[in-house]
Amino acid sequence: MVDSKNKWKAWLYLSPALVLLGIFTVYPIFNTVQLAFLNGYNIWEAMDGKMFTIGIDNFVKVLNYPGFLTTLKTTILLCVLTVPVSTMLALLIAVALNSIKALNRLLQTIFFLPYVTNSIAIGMVFATMFNMIGLDPATGIPQTAGIINNFLSIFGVGPVNWINPGSTYEANMFVMCVYIVWNALPFKILVLLGGLQSVNKQYYDAAKVDGTSRARVFWRITVPLLSPMISYVLITGFIGGFKEYSSVVGVFGEGMGPTGDKELQTMVGLIYDSLGEVGTGEGFASAAAMILFVIILAVTILNLKVSNKKVHY
Amino acid sequence: MKVVLEHLTKIFPSRNKKSNEQVVAVNDFTFEIPDGKLIGLLGPSGCGKSTTLYMISGLQKPTGGKIFFGEDDVTELTPENRGVGLVFQNYALYPHMTVKQNILFPLQNLKGEDKLTKTVMLERAYEAARLVQIDDLMDRKPHELSGGQQQRVAIARALVKMPRVLLLDEPLSNLDARLRLQTREEIKRIQRETGITTVFVTHDQEEAMSISDMIVVMRLGVLQQIGAPQEVYDNPVNLFVAKFLGTPPINVFEGVVKGEKLYIGEQAVLDVKGAADQEVYVGIRPEGFITNPEGEFTTNLINVEVMGRDVSIVSKHPNAVSETIRSIVDADSAIDRDATTVSFSLKPHKVFLFSKETEQRIPFEVK
Repeated sequence: MVDSKNKWKAWLYLSPALVLLGIFTVYPIFNTVQLAFLNGYNIWEAMDGKMFTIGIDNFVKVLNYPGFLTTLKTTILLCVLTVPVSTMLALLIAVALNSIKALNRLLQTIFFLPYVTNSIAIGMVFATMFNMIGLDPATGIPQTAGIINNFLSIFGVGPVNWINPGSTYEANMFVMCVYIVWNALPFKILVLLGGLQSVNKQYYDAAKVDGTSRARVFWRITVPLLSPMISYVLITGFIGGFKEYSSVVGVFGEGMGPTGDKELQTMVGLIYDSLGEVGTGEGFASAAAMILFVIILAVTILNLKVSNKKVHY
Repeated sequence: MKVVLEHLTKIFPSRNKKSNEQVVAVNDFTFEIPDGKLIGLLGPSGCGKSTTLYMISGLQKPTGGKIFFGEDDVTELTPENRGVGLVFQNYALYPHMTVKQNILFPLQNLKGEDKLTKTVMLERAYEAARLVQIDDLMDRKPHELSGGQQQRVAIARALVKMPRVLLLDEPLSNLDARLRLQTREEIKRIQRETGITTVFVTHDQEEAMSISDMIVVMRLGVLQQIGAPQEVYDNPVNLFVAKFLGTPPINVFEGVVKGEKLYIGEQAVLDVKGAADQEVYVGIRPEGFITNPEGEFTTNLINVEVMGRDVSIVSKHPNAVSETIRSIVDADSAIDRDATTVSFSLKPHKVFLFSKETEQRIPFEVK
């Protein structure tokens, strides 16, 4: 404890951080809540001194927005489809990495690379990999440039139109899910590997002496002992998953879809776009942000409730 | 089930790539553990006793040699196919499972013909729990138990699958002094009741001596002596074994045998018929001294500690290897506490001679 005489010193040292947090985190939160509940808010009118009534007009506008349900669906799907898959994959990879000795360092580095790579750059690489130029107008033979379609053609499959104009929502979502899962792996592997390395090896020796099968060791020992880390990556994964945006931009560009018509619009994309309407879009954006916040809050509470029952600390 | 080790050797490769120094943890062990006995593997840390235990369990593969359980060669068998129960030093209880789940765990692993019904599993779990007296703790988690209780759970978990051999790695080292006394008797009782051949590892000679039917003394991977505790104590084969067993430890002096007489310094302290003339180490057990004003061996008195039943005399001698000499004599002995010296006669069977070169025991005739 800081003794009371020196308390002002503690506050002094904390003040730069507190000031920055106040300006860039605390104030915007309050401001967002405030803007969300002001009917017909308009910056230019507000500067002229106009007062706005308090109400839920902004929320009504968001809910009635034509693209809202698709946006919500895309956001939830991107999250719900990818988080369990990436967590499970990360767990398997972490267990594998932990059990092999040869090339351990190299493999760890390889698996960690996506974490330090720019997500837009990765998105562009994915866009190239899944690319299909189209049918040759003269011959009708599909021309492909992407490695995925070239690979599939070995098996006589495709070419599939993954991301080019005319592609289906399902194909687009598949590419996005692959991208997001791959991009989410390194952080999760890192956390789970750290957890694995702190597990006492004697649990495994004890299991070995008792002739425990590998599957049982995994489910009855490894998973429960790692459960605090698993719950951590799941919760942070869901929170991050609902905020998916830059990944879609990475693959499809700012158009957020194969034709640039926002086919894969996400909640954060929606908020970002309406902020583009400077002066009049802030109320709508704030309301959408509040809705997203409530969804994330609800899912996180649910996650915590479940993990309280399943996690062994 | 008797356990036989034949030329058992374990060499760990060097950790440092630059040097090729290998560590010979266990060097050419050959001995037989009789059926249904409690055996203590005893030695200072790094002597290879745990490695030996882990090789018997199958968790570590020997570099050379063979292990037999009864007539079966188990050297190449995996741990689960050997039928061993192993209790780890820190128990390794699964922290997320209750006591009951922990004890049931090995049974639930059984497959095929050995598969048990739930009722039988529970019966066996409770049977094992009753044996170690934890049947009222079955729904607790390990962290809700004391160290001693955790240990019992670990033993129950090892016993529940009815192993052919029970192995305990430093079973008492994580317990406090009082619990240690209690638990070692408990281990002895459980071993006697089950009749399972039990091997335990310890660095505490008192622990090993007190409960083992047989002790195996090891040093730097080499077997030193094997036998009943009293036998090893009374007849150490070399200086190391003599020094390692006994509390307070044996007193060691530099001495000379000349004309079948043992000299420590200038004093001829004992007749040693049959011993050739040579320089020797003399080991005298603390209980090997008898206070006697006319005694042959005089030392400089430092302190007299009264312990009730007997008295501990702390003294010095220029030829002693250790700083002080500790002798334990009867409380009735007359000791002049203000004197500067104290004289003793020696009990010949408590005096051991060791070659100064090899540190091996030199026999002499005890009248």
